[in-house]
Amino acid sequence: MIITKQKQFDDLIKACRGAKTLFLFGCGDCATLCRTGGEEQLAELSEQLKAEGIAVAGTAVVHATCHELDVQRVLRQEKEKVAASDAVLVMTCGAGVQSVGDSTEKPVISGCDSLFIGNSKRQMHFYEKCSACGECVLNETGGLCPETRCPKGLLNGPCGGAVRGQCEVDPTNPCVWIAIYERMKKLGRLDEMMTVAAPKDRTAASKPQKIEEKLPPKKREEAK
Amino acid sequence: MSKLQQNLESGFTITVEIPPPKGSDVAPALAVAEKIASRVAGVNVTDNQRGMVRMSSLAFSHRLLDVGAEPIWQLSCRDRNRLALQSDMLGAWALGVENLCIMTGDFPTLGDMPQAKPVYDLDAVQLIQAAAELSRGVGMNKKEIKDHKEFFIGAVINPFYEPMELEIMKTRKKIAAGAKYFQTQPFFDEESLDRFLALVKGMEAKFLIGITPLKGEKMVHFLNNNVLTTPIPEKVAHRIARAGDPVMEGLKIAAEFINSVRGRVDGVHIMPIGQIDNVPLLLDMVDSGMKA
Repeated sequence: MIITKQKQFDDLIKACRGAKTLFLFGCGDCATLCRTGGEEQLAELSEQLKAEGIAVAGTAVVHATCHELDVQRVLRQEKEKVAASDAVLVMTCGAGVQSVGDSTEKPVISGCDSLFIGNSKRQMHFYEKCSACGECVLNETGGLCPETRCPKGLLNGPCGGAVRGQCEVDPTNPCVWIAIYERMKKLGRLDEMMTVAAPKDRTAASKPQKIEEKLPPKKREEAK
Repeated sequence: MSKLQQNLESGFTITVEIPPPKGSDVAPALAVAEKIASRVAGVNVTDNQRGMVRMSSLAFSHRLLDVGAEPIWQLSCRDRNRLALQSDMLGAWALGVENLCIMTGDFPTLGDMPQAKPVYDLDAVQLIQAAAELSRGVGMNKKEIKDHKEFFIGAVINPFYEPMELEIMKTRKKIAAGAKYFQTQPFFDEESLDRFLALVKGMEAKFLIGITPLKGEKMVHFLNNNVLTTPIPEKVAHRIARAGDPVMEGLKIAAEFINSVRGRVDGVHIMPIGQIDNVPLLLDMVDSGMKA
């Protein structure tokens, strides 16, 4: 999921540029799990905004705000409340903010900072394990990603700076290359680690990415 | 063939690290380089060491030639993508810089510009390979470079890494990629050195053993906490702590160590952290045959 954190309230107010009435958007998926843009957070935020003299015309938590058709549907349902607002405040990742922004004429305010693609182990504990680099090396590294979990993204082994097995950049993290080495040893595949990994093809992650595949009619039907 | 390579092939080799200045004035650093130019096989020029901004290592490497010193241009993967790395290497050919020492590079957040974008487009093994290919006249774009020159390519190894088997694997990859010599982190005792030499025995590369003269207890703590992955042995730390003149004691320890390992190693690489001016004195002590 996309991990987000709420912007500082003062910065949020500044970003509202004097709007007197807002419509609030949240996300039922990632931002709910991150407690940045779920039902509860929108209710709390509405109270805070009212205390600042900003009215909230309405709120909506879409199943997944990155699903643009869903967002458009909710915007149609809430047409009057949105029309009565000076701006729409979106408490989701940047993808959600732009779903809304691309679907309304109203000014859109981003209420969160997007941090990373995160795995969740337990509530409010998130870990970055994949950075969507476009060229997955997990089959060569025993299933642990050095592109993401090594701060330097090294592909041919550790930098040599780990102290007692911990990363020199953030000593609270174990060095992923040591973990890869131990995993490969267990799998009896250490010899594979002697293959020199070629430089990464950065075009695989060149921005902005898009996929516009045409589904055959049958699949289109299933997707509905 | 570079002077450094000739030296390494003919006998005991001494290299010294001199960081480029933090401003425009190269005179003080060049003055030291000039004093030692004929006494050492090469001078390492660090590349924004510890992630702190300094003069370009290539520019300062070139200036070393003015005073007759043999530059060893350190090139890290941290600050440049493959375009910039290759264009700087072509630049090195034009500037008469033949020796490379390639490393990953300390992460920016550990330096004085923590907000900087960490690049690491290539890792050290890939950069060694790219440099070796350039030396054979092929760019990373697979295009031929007809007027190519040759680099003498080196790298680094941490002899205190755990698990050492992993560091040895990476070292073998660096050699396969084209590294011909290695410079190590500093050693302070012979037991560690012997263990290390046993591990690298038979590898097709030369090893220059790291030497850092200690100048006081504060430095011992600093190195233990910020640079080394294994602390300085207590008997060495005690010698420094008890000394009336810790700077002289540190130089003595270093000179004794160099003379006692001579004959067993390909050479030494002196990293005189914060006391470049004392390098001529250290070399005098080494020449006087000082031994423990």
